[in-house]
Amino acid sequence: MSAIESRTAMSAPMQSTSRLGNRLKQVALHTAVFLLCLVWFTPVLSLFVTTFRSESDSSRTGWWYAFIEWRPVLSNYVEAIYLTGVGRSVVNSIVLTVPTVLGTVLFSAIGAFALARMRFRGRIALFLAMVGFQVLPPQLVLVPMLKFFLALGLTGTFIPVWIIEMGLTVPFGIFLLYGFFASIPSDLVEAARIDGASEPRIFFQIILPLSGAVLASLAILQFMIAWNHLLIPLIFLGSGSLSPLTVQVASLAQTNAGGLNTLTAATFISVIVPLVLIVTLQKYFVRGVLGGAVKG
Amino acid sequence: MANVNLRDVRKIYNQTQVIHGVNVDIDDGEFVVLVGPSGCGKSTLLRMIAGLEEISDGQVHIGSTIVNDMSPKDRDIAMVFQSYALYPHMTVAQNMGFSLQMRGNAKAEIRTQVEKAAKILNLEPLLERYPRQLSGGQRQRVAMGRAIVRNPQVFLFDEPLSNLDAKLRVVMRGEIKALHQRLGSTMVYVTHDQIEAMTMADKIVVMRDGFVEQVGSPLALYDRPANLFVAGFIGSPGMNFLSGRYASGAVWIGDVSLPVSDLPVSASEGRQVVYGIRPENLAITDDDGLPLVVEVIEPTGAETHVVGHISGQRVIGVFRERFTTRPGGVLRVKFDPRKVHLFDQQSEQRIN
Ligand SMILES: Nc1ncnc2c1ncn2[C@@H]1O[C@H](COP(=O)(O)OP(=O)(O)OP(=O)(O)O)[C@@H](O)[C@H]1O
Ligand SMILES: [Mg+2]
Repeated sequence: MSAIESRTAMSAPMQSTSRLGNRLKQVALHTAVFLLCLVWFTPVLSLFVTTFRSESDSSRTGWWYAFIEWRPVLSNYVEAIYLTGVGRSVVNSIVLTVPTVLGTVLFSAIGAFALARMRFRGRIALFLAMVGFQVLPPQLVLVPMLKFFLALGLTGTFIPVWIIEMGLTVPFGIFLLYGFFASIPSDLVEAARIDGASEPRIFFQIILPLSGAVLASLAILQFMIAWNHLLIPLIFLGSGSLSPLTVQVASLAQTNAGGLNTLTAATFISVIVPLVLIVTLQKYFVRGVLGGAVKG
Repeated sequence: MANVNLRDVRKIYNQTQVIHGVNVDIDDGEFVVLVGPSGCGKSTLLRMIAGLEEISDGQVHIGSTIVNDMSPKDRDIAMVFQSYALYPHMTVAQNMGFSLQMRGNAKAEIRTQVEKAAKILNLEPLLERYPRQLSGGQRQRVAMGRAIVRNPQVFLFDEPLSNLDAKLRVVMRGEIKALHQRLGSTMVYVTHDQIEAMTMADKIVVMRDGFVEQVGSPLALYDRPANLFVAGFIGSPGMNFLSGRYASGAVWIGDVSLPVSDLPVSASEGRQVVYGIRPENLAITDDDGLPLVVEVIEPTGAETHVVGHISGQRVIGVFRERFTTRPGGVLRVKFDPRKVHLFDQQSEQRIN
């Protein structure tokens, strides 16, 4: 929004010919954005509408009929809540996600601080290796991990899920934060050192407070990833009493217990939390990602 | 408060040596300015005193201790950075109190110390502001306040005024000097501006390419520069240099003889020398003077600067009296023979 505003503000004092050109560009831009939104949102809208239609309505007419004869029912949601055991699985999702997010941010920040602000042997090699290994597909590590945690007797607990979710994002997190930390003027760190701050103090009292936006964007990113992951919790937690919302929705699809409309309702329940989160925090998200990119 | 002594201090980055065995003694309570052109190693030297840069060789003493292996916080120093390095997420008061907080002082104690320092620097109304809400000069004062609060043995400044405009720089120059008089602490101040050095220092250390060229009081450096580099670096407009030959008590440029009263060692007879004379040591005289061919005249009111040449060599004169000569004309001048600086052309060292 503000980018577009500042663009118009910039073009205002220009000559009339180029103003016409800009005008055309604007129209083209808006058209493109509008079309994208249309393509993107139509299926989502259809699903959303479907969650409020009864099974019999859906079997007779297409979803757009809902706009012609609006007869909303809540039964899909009621059934979805009942079948997925929403209460418990939302709690599971939260228990799975929140520690993962906190851990990811903390460990990424510590790693990035060490790489950006401390001098030790093999620093560059470590950094390159970390960036490089991200091209490996995560599925590659799942079997060894499963064996490992089976041997430790930790499957069926949240611990392996936390660790693996963190492990998959931390390298990216370090990469994201590294650029930002490296851009913090070294004078600040040196001033703190002279003021008597130890390295952990510098980290917690100088570096972290200055990195709020980037840390927030990493946290939001990891929240979305962990909240939406299916495979890892499925493997390590099964579909029993510890399973998160995603697993419950998936098993609903498999057993076909409630019908299609119930399934879509369940899906919508599972995206509400990340949706609310990203809409309320999108300012930080965008600022953090852009800030890191520009400065790093 | 303490003395600082540098003993044969060297700094080597990878293969390149940037500080070549520096010896400087800074007395307790002295205001010492390290001055020199860009890249000569002033900041590096200061940072070695601070403990931010490892000392490759030699010793740094603060008080009676060798601090080579001490961390910055244990050296009891405070540093003011060119960028000020204020913590952006802390208020002025928090910035100033940070070091005391790190020492574990009580909140009330920190508050009193901060207020005391704020009073000295007229920062009281700004204590609850953030650095981004301050002007450049105010930030500069906060940076000094942060140093004062620590009550350190030694203050270190690295070009603290170079981000300010010319007028404010003069004001802050005075404030730092007043602060020194008030606190009586040892201060080491880095600048590349020789006017700052002259006006502020008790003692100036002139550096070039990692070597100390000369150490002395501002006027000692001005009146008796030890070599060509110092002679050219100190003073504005700079000293005039005329190259010639020394023979029988005078310097000869072609067939013009320039007077010298403070004679060099006799071994200099017949040597190629550089004859140095400061612009204000030229005087307008009558017809028997040296002919200064005038190119540019710059009246400043109190005095007039004249750029011209004598026997093809460029000379600048600064005169208090008014005259009527126009550019292109000839002004007859004479040099004060007691104010002549003679340098050996080869070694560039002073020889009188
Ligand atoms: N980390 C480093 N690695 C290698 N050489 C360095 C490093 N830091 C400084 N130098 C070199 O050391 C020399 C002295 O640098 P220093 O910053 O002390 O100069 P300075 O006198 O403070 O100059 P300025 O007035 O521009 O600040 C320079 O030639 C510089 O290139
Ligand atoms: Mg410097």
